[in-house]
Amino acid sequence: MEALVNQLLSGLASGGIYASLALALVMIYQATHHVNFAQGEMAMFSTYVAWTLIAAGFGYWAAFFLTLAFAFGLGFLIERLLVRPVARAPVLSVVVVFIGLLVIFNSLAGWLFSYSIRSFPSPFPQETLHLGRYLVTPHQLGAVGVTLIVLVLVFAFFRYTATGLAMRAAAQHPDSSRLAGIRVGRMLALGWGLAAAIGATAGMMAAPVVYLEPNMMSGILLYAFAGALLGGIDNPGGAVLGGFLVGVLENLLGAYVIGTEIKLSVALFLIVAVLLVRPRGLFGGRSLRS
Amino acid sequence: MNPANRKAVPATAAELRAAAVVLALALLLPLALDGYQLFQLTQVLAYAIALLGLNLLSGYNGQVSLGHGAFCAIGAYAAAILMTRFGLPYWLAVPAAGVVSLLAGLLFGLPALRLGGLHLALATFGLGLALPQLLKYKGLEAWTGGVQGIVLSKPEAPFGLPLDQDLWLYYFTLSATLPMFWVARNLIRGRIGRALVALRDAPIAAVAMGVDSARYRLFAFGVSALYAGVAGALAAVAVQFVAPDSYTIFFSIALLVGIVIGGLGSISGALYGALFIQFVPNIADELSSAAPWAIYGVFLLACAYLLPQGVAGALRRLAIRNARKG
Repeated sequence: MEALVNQLLSGLASGGIYASLALALVMIYQATHHVNFAQGEMAMFSTYVAWTLIAAGFGYWAAFFLTLAFAFGLGFLIERLLVRPVARAPVLSVVVVFIGLLVIFNSLAGWLFSYSIRSFPSPFPQETLHLGRYLVTPHQLGAVGVTLIVLVLVFAFFRYTATGLAMRAAAQHPDSSRLAGIRVGRMLALGWGLAAAIGATAGMMAAPVVYLEPNMMSGILLYAFAGALLGGIDNPGGAVLGGFLVGVLENLLGAYVIGTEIKLSVALFLIVAVLLVRPRGLFGGRSLRS
Repeated sequence: MNPANRKAVPATAAELRAAAVVLALALLLPLALDGYQLFQLTQVLAYAIALLGLNLLSGYNGQVSLGHGAFCAIGAYAAAILMTRFGLPYWLAVPAAGVVSLLAGLLFGLPALRLGGLHLALATFGLGLALPQLLKYKGLEAWTGGVQGIVLSKPEAPFGLPLDQDLWLYYFTLSATLPMFWVARNLIRGRIGRALVALRDAPIAAVAMGVDSARYRLFAFGVSALYAGVAGALAAVAVQFVAPDSYTIFFSIALLVGIVIGGLGSISGALYGALFIQFVPNIADELSSAAPWAIYGVFLLACAYLLPQGVAGALRRLAIRNARKG
C-alpha cells in the first residue's frame, strides 16, 4: 500500500510536467489545428536559457520569470515569422516546418551548450519529506504546485480578461472576431507565446529530474501527446487531466506490470488506443478535424 | 475505367536516355572507387529505396509518417535475425525482411489510418520514438541482442566472381535498387498512382469517383513499409551490424529531410535526397557535431518556404526554362 501510494504520488509529479506540456500543445491546436512537434524542444531550449541566467548569477525565480518572458517572445516570433506563412498549407508542409524547428532547436542547444548532461537546480528544498508514512520530495510537490498555479492563471486569463476572451473568440470564430474588431493574427501569436511560456515551465520543472540535455524532452513530449489525446486534444482542462492520468499510469505500469524499460511504448500504445477507441479523447468535443 | 488507362504510361525517349546514363554511371563508376567510397555509395542506394517508399506514402499520397525509420529497423532486425538464427543467406533474408516489414506496416497502418493527417503523424512519431527502447528491451534480448545489437558477417561474391566484397555488396544492392525503382515508377504512373494522388489532392472527389480510400491508403502504407524494410535490410548487410541506437527518431527525421529536399512526389528525388543525407552530414560534421542537424533543420525550413518540390522540382523547372529558350 505504502509503495503504491508512493508510486501514485510520483506519478502525479511527473504527470504535472506532462500536463503543462499537453496544455501548451492543446492551446496551439485549438487556435490553429496544428500539432507543434517542436513544443518539447522549445521548452528544452528555454530551460537552457534559464540555466545560463542562473549560471550568470541570477536568483532562481528571477531567472524563472525572465525565461518565461524569453519563451513568450520566442513563441510569438515563431508564429509571426515561420508558422503564419504555412497556415493554410497542407498538413505535410506544416509538419515539415515543425520538424525543422525541432531539429534546429535541438542542434542549436547542442552547439551552444554541448550535448553533455548537466544538473539543473530545483527551487525547492532538497531533503525528502515524510507525509505520514509516505515519502515525497519537495520538488515533486513543488512541480505539481507550479502546474496547478499555471492552470489557475491560464483559466483566469481566458475567463476574466478581455484579451483572454478575445483569444478564445479568435480561435473559435476567426471571421466573426475580425468583424468585431479583434486582431486575430495578433491573438494567434499571443497564443503561441503563452503556449511556449507554459512549455518552458514544464521544461524547468522537468530538468531537475531528467537532467538538462538537448534530448531531455523527447520522451516527455510523447507523454504530453498521449495526455493531450487522452483528455481530448481540443479541451485544455481535459488535456491537463489527461497529462496527470498518463503520469500515474506510466508510473503504476512501470512499477508493477512492464518495468521501466519500455515506458515509451506505453505512451505509443496509449496514443494508438485512444485514436482507435475514442479519437476525440475522454473530454474532447464531437468534431475532430483530421 | 477504360482498359487503356490501366497500362503504365510508356517511358519517353528523354526518360530512357536519362535512365541509360544513370545506369551506365551506376555500373561503371564503382570500378574506380575505393572500399570506403563504395560503402558510402551502397548506403546511398539503400537510403534511396527507403526514401522512394516514404515518398510513395507522403509525397504521392499525402500521408505523413514521422517514424519511417522504425520500418527500416524492423527490416534490418528481421534480416539480421533470419541470417544469424535461421541461417538464411543474405540474398533471401533481404526480400524476407521486406515481407516482415510489409506485415508490420499493414498491422500498424490499420488502426493509424482510420484518422488522417495529423493523427497519423502523431502515431508514427510515437512509433519512431518508442521502437529503439523496445529493441533494447530485456525480454526481447534473446532475439535482438539488446543494446549490443547483432553483428553480421560480410558476404563474399558468389560463383567465384573476381569482385572484392565491397564491390559485390554494391552490385548486390544495386540489383535490388533497380527493380524497386522500376516497380515504383510503374505503380505511380498507372491506375494506382493516379488514385493515390487523387486521394491526396481531392479526397472527397476521389471517393465520389469510386476510389476506395481506406484500401489505397493502407496499400500505400504497406508498400512504403516494405520499401523501408528492404532498405533497412540492405543497409544492415552492408554495415554488417544492427543496433537500436541507429534507429532513433532522428533517423526517421533524416528520411523526412531526404524526401523534402530530394523532392516530394518525384521518383528521381529519392536519389537526390539519398545523396544529400549521405554526404552533407559527413561534410558538415567537420564544423561541429551539431552542424549536420542544424543544416538539416535550415534546409527543411528553406524547402518548405522556397522550394516546395525540392531538388527534383528545381531541376524540372530549369529543364523547362532551357527548353523554352532553345
